[in-house]
Amino acid sequence: MNILVCLKQTFDTEAKIELKDGKINAQGIKNIINPYDEFAVEEALKLKEANGGEVTTISVGSDQTQEALRQALAMGADKAILVEFPNSDEHATAKALAKAVQGMEFDLILGGHVAIDDNSGQIAIRLAEELDLPQVNVVTKLEINDGKAVCTREIEGGVQIVETPLPTVITCQKGLNEPRYPSLKGIMQAKKKELKRIGLEELGLTVDNKVEILEVFLPPQKEAGKVIEGEAEEAAGELVRLLKEEAKVI
Amino acid sequence: MDFTISEELQALRYNIRGFAEEVIEPKAQEIEENDKIPEEIIEQAKALGLFGMSIPEEYGGTGLNLLERCIILEELGRTQNGFSSLLGAHTGIGSTGIVEMASEDLKQRYLPRMATGELIGAFALTEPNAGSDATNLKTTAELKDGKWVINGLKHFITNGPVADVITVMAITDKSKGARGGITAFAVEKNFPGFSVGTVEKKMGLKGSYTSELVFEDCEVPQENVIGEIGRGYANALKILNKGRITLGARCVGTSNKLVELCTTYAQQRIQFGQPIASFQGIQWMLADMATQTEAARYLTYRTAWAADHGDPVIKESSMVKLFASEVLAKVVDMAVQVHGGMGYMKEFPIERFYRDARITRIYEGTSEIQKIIIANRLLKEFKVDA
Repeated sequence: MNILVCLKQTFDTEAKIELKDGKINAQGIKNIINPYDEFAVEEALKLKEANGGEVTTISVGSDQTQEALRQALAMGADKAILVEFPNSDEHATAKALAKAVQGMEFDLILGGHVAIDDNSGQIAIRLAEELDLPQVNVVTKLEINDGKAVCTREIEGGVQIVETPLPTVITCQKGLNEPRYPSLKGIMQAKKKELKRIGLEELGLTVDNKVEILEVFLPPQKEAGKVIEGEAEEAAGELVRLLKEEAKVI
Repeated sequence: MDFTISEELQALRYNIRGFAEEVIEPKAQEIEENDKIPEEIIEQAKALGLFGMSIPEEYGGTGLNLLERCIILEELGRTQNGFSSLLGAHTGIGSTGIVEMASEDLKQRYLPRMATGELIGAFALTEPNAGSDATNLKTTAELKDGKWVINGLKHFITNGPVADVITVMAITDKSKGARGGITAFAVEKNFPGFSVGTVEKKMGLKGSYTSELVFEDCEVPQENVIGEIGRGYANALKILNKGRITLGARCVGTSNKLVELCTTYAQQRIQFGQPIASFQGIQWMLADMATQTEAARYLTYRTAWAADHGDPVIKESSMVKLFASEVLAKVVDMAVQVHGGMGYMKEFPIERFYRDARITRIYEGTSEIQKIIIANRLLKEFKVDA
């Protein structure tokens, strides 16, 4: 079976985020494959190992995004596609992905359920809509049998088991698998594997962002908690006063 | 001159660092306490292909060059060094002889399984009375009824108790001594007459085992001679030569990790109402640690690169081993100082690095022996006719 994996390059989870001129200062920050997308890569590789076929990873991004694609190739993916379209929003990214995969033969599209940087969680969903494919999100267990995908997904207070015909789009959640470290062979071979770069022009796509970022700011510094002393009645009164006057939440 | 680190090397560093810090480091305390590297770490290292890094591709390894292997050992040097010692001995001195000097038959017999980590390698030169003076070997090999019979005692052999195939140096012609009288053999652990002697209790490098190897009429088939008969000492020097570069890399990795740990700790530790990093006394130590480490790193890289380009690097690899291990000694000493009392406690990894560092100035050739090698080369290069 042929599997497409959509992945995004994000900042390392341990990176210290600083702002410079109203933007995140990327200098000196290590980049990684978005951890949820890494689950998708791992799942694709496991399915390939069990059923044969090919794993193609695809990303919309800049020159630097190649690193993340190469990392997926080192893990064992067969091919990679980079759609050169930096700073695209969710709408434009999904359009670009849909256009790029048009005409490709695949049984499954996998991706993370959300990226840890902007937390928007829209791309795979939009892509499924663009391609008119069924989608199952936030999946923690996946089985493929007889042209069908049986997915276990997290829902409020429980789990839900969903069956869908292939091809389909599935987004991955923590718990699905434990991503592998690339082997030395994988790392050394990654450079020799195909990484195709396509520009928007080549795709024949004209699309504009619909979202404009007005301001980027860091969350306020967390301050020490406050313990309100005194009898219950008195303390409750003080709490209400603080919520009104200091926290201004009521 | 181009100092760019290639994309592959960066990817190698990134992934091995992940393995070192996410897989080994969380188990470091456990390794120290149990003196055992957990099976799951060994298994994962096998899956990554770490055991086969130096073995050519045609024998199932990855055939990485020295610079690539330096990057790996450097990154592994950032964590518990019992594992890097085990792996360094296996991929370095424990297999180099078979890779570079052995017959095709021996290569086929051992290398594919050494590449997967199924067979572990070791190198046995040192004896109780032949340490730095490696020419004073007492272990002998005699040809009897078509077989070599080895008798003697080796000691301080890294991987001794766990090794399956050992490159053993023995005297085959006493009259010739080191000049044509020593031969290298590939000895399997289940050859009759071979046994493991005392397993040493060491100061550090927990999880890596060092022992005596006992040869009592140990029978070795003739085809297990590595290289030419009588060329053992020259071969041993060649094997040790390359091992020195990767050992240097491991020292660089530990030093670099210590610089990072100290710089972080100095900003968090408050004394006299301010982080100790604001004191010049601490800053100077940090600056010295970082500068020395960087110098050791580029000496190591440059020598590995030159070796990969066919340079014999005899003098240079001794410089790497000497300088990088001496730098580590200074850096780890300052690291304890920066951490104060905490640096002496087992709760922090500094104490472990301190113990693990000490041996690097001794094994695979002491600092003093490295200086002798360097000086001898210099005296040859700039020889003045009397």
